[in-house]
Amino acid sequence: MSSRIELRNVGQVFRVRDEQDRALRDFVALDGLELTIEAGEFLTIVGPSGCGKSTILDLISGLTNPTSGQVLADGTVITDPGPDRSVVFQQYTLLPWRTALGNIELALEAVGGLNRAARTARAREVLELVGLGDFASRYPHELSGGMKQRVAIARSLSYQPGVLLMDEPFGALDAQTRERLQEELVQIWRATGTTIVFITHDIEEAVFLGERVAVMSNRPGRIKAIVDIDLGAATADEDIRSSTRFAEHRHEIWSLLRQGVAVRNVSKEVHRVA
Amino acid sequence: MPDLLEVRTEPRLNPRQEAAAGVRHRSRFRKRFARSVRGLIGIVTLAAVWEIAPRIGAVDPHFIPPLSDVLKAWWHLAQSGELWTDVRTSLVRSGVGFGLAVVLAIPIGAAVAWYPVLRDLLTPVLEIFRNTAALALLPVFVLILGIGETSKIAIVLFACFFPILLSTISGVASVDPQLLRTARVLGLSPVATFRKIVFPAAVPTIFTGIRISGAAAILVLLAAEMIGATAGLGYLINYSQMNFLIPQMYAGIVTTSALGLAINYSLVGIERHFSRWRA
Repeated sequence: MSSRIELRNVGQVFRVRDEQDRALRDFVALDGLELTIEAGEFLTIVGPSGCGKSTILDLISGLTNPTSGQVLADGTVITDPGPDRSVVFQQYTLLPWRTALGNIELALEAVGGLNRAARTARAREVLELVGLGDFASRYPHELSGGMKQRVAIARSLSYQPGVLLMDEPFGALDAQTRERLQEELVQIWRATGTTIVFITHDIEEAVFLGERVAVMSNRPGRIKAIVDIDLGAATADEDIRSSTRFAEHRHEIWSLLRQGVAVRNVSKEVHRVA
Repeated sequence: MPDLLEVRTEPRLNPRQEAAAGVRHRSRFRKRFARSVRGLIGIVTLAAVWEIAPRIGAVDPHFIPPLSDVLKAWWHLAQSGELWTDVRTSLVRSGVGFGLAVVLAIPIGAAVAWYPVLRDLLTPVLEIFRNTAALALLPVFVLILGIGETSKIAIVLFACFFPILLSTISGVASVDPQLLRTARVLGLSPVATFRKIVFPAAVPTIFTGIRISGAAAILVLLAAEMIGATAGLGYLINYSQMNFLIPQMYAGIVTTSALGLAINYSLVGIERHFSRWRA
């Protein structure tokens, strides 16, 4: 199951108070954002911090509605969260009083349609998928950071959403765990065929995971460029991250991001002189 | 004797090393058995001082009789059944008041916290009530409810209600917003969100209030019983003092301590049962 997501001319504005002159202002988080995510695609979004990456996920998940423009899933306007879209957040969002299995069952209870035995069976199945079959009865505090995120991913996959939204899910993990989870995520994506929208500020992560990488500009957030990633067919043992193609893609995105930063710094300088 | 600095900074395996090797670090200083023995020595010392000090005349044995006399008086009270009557009377009064407070304060607190506007409106008022000493209101309760059981249960209820109410409000209001976002993403209904996420998350905070209330229930009731009652531990203590039955007075006091300890430890036990999931 996979969905096609469209963001059409999306703008998002928040009311804020300026810290310097205490005045109320409009904070333009996103402005005229256009983005289409094809069904079954793995799209990563990179951008400088504060550029509105997470706002995009909030919009697709339906946690917030855009100030202007439209967000569509398979042609239908998104207004609320729904079981066709699921989110994995950066912070571990497992219920600490439920076991790994219980946390996945929570999602199935929420979505409904299965009896208790079927929920448990399905929860075990997805725990196996993320390699935690032996940890079903562990509580979150007994799991490492990587395991907790695996459970969160399993929970999101349990009800077979059309699109999996991931907001820097590996940001808090150590480098080795992160790489392993990245590889596992690609395998899971291949196995399930779900559309994945993955947000990160790590260029290498974006290149490694994405079929396409959307590069965002500084605030107000727009899609500055979309880079198609072609790393060629790699064998399991190959270190893709050290290949020439990987380096080229990395550099391309790095340059795109650097342009934005350079422009901002210059404008700051001008401001200071004036 | 190792000090806090030494004990707390003792070189040890970190949790990752423990996990990788599947072992648990054993501290040189904190052994369970040694701790229990030390605790026991403390209690025995207290008992010995209480026994010996009056006998050698270090304190006036009329005012502080030796522990053995107190225990004898206690045994006498226990055998005559008088002690049991007083304990039961006090337990029923504080139990009913405390129970009503739990049953009322938790749902009201949850409702208040669920609506931030309501919470803003009520918090200052509730703070005023919480900081009004229950005993200051005893004359009011007696005036309205008379001198019988009702006024005593009411004052216990008053004393227990606000700590539980305020801890419920703070527990419910401070649930990790990330968990609430997760609930919304999963499409949980508000009722299910409350039952499955908000309430379990608030339980540890609620228990802080429940434990404060458990202590308050006994404290306030004893004071109330000293003022106007014909049974109960407060009455026993006060009556004994007025009739110069000093060992019996201490027997009442010791019983109160035991009761307080028992209540506290049962509440801690229940709390532990409900928060087994915590690290």
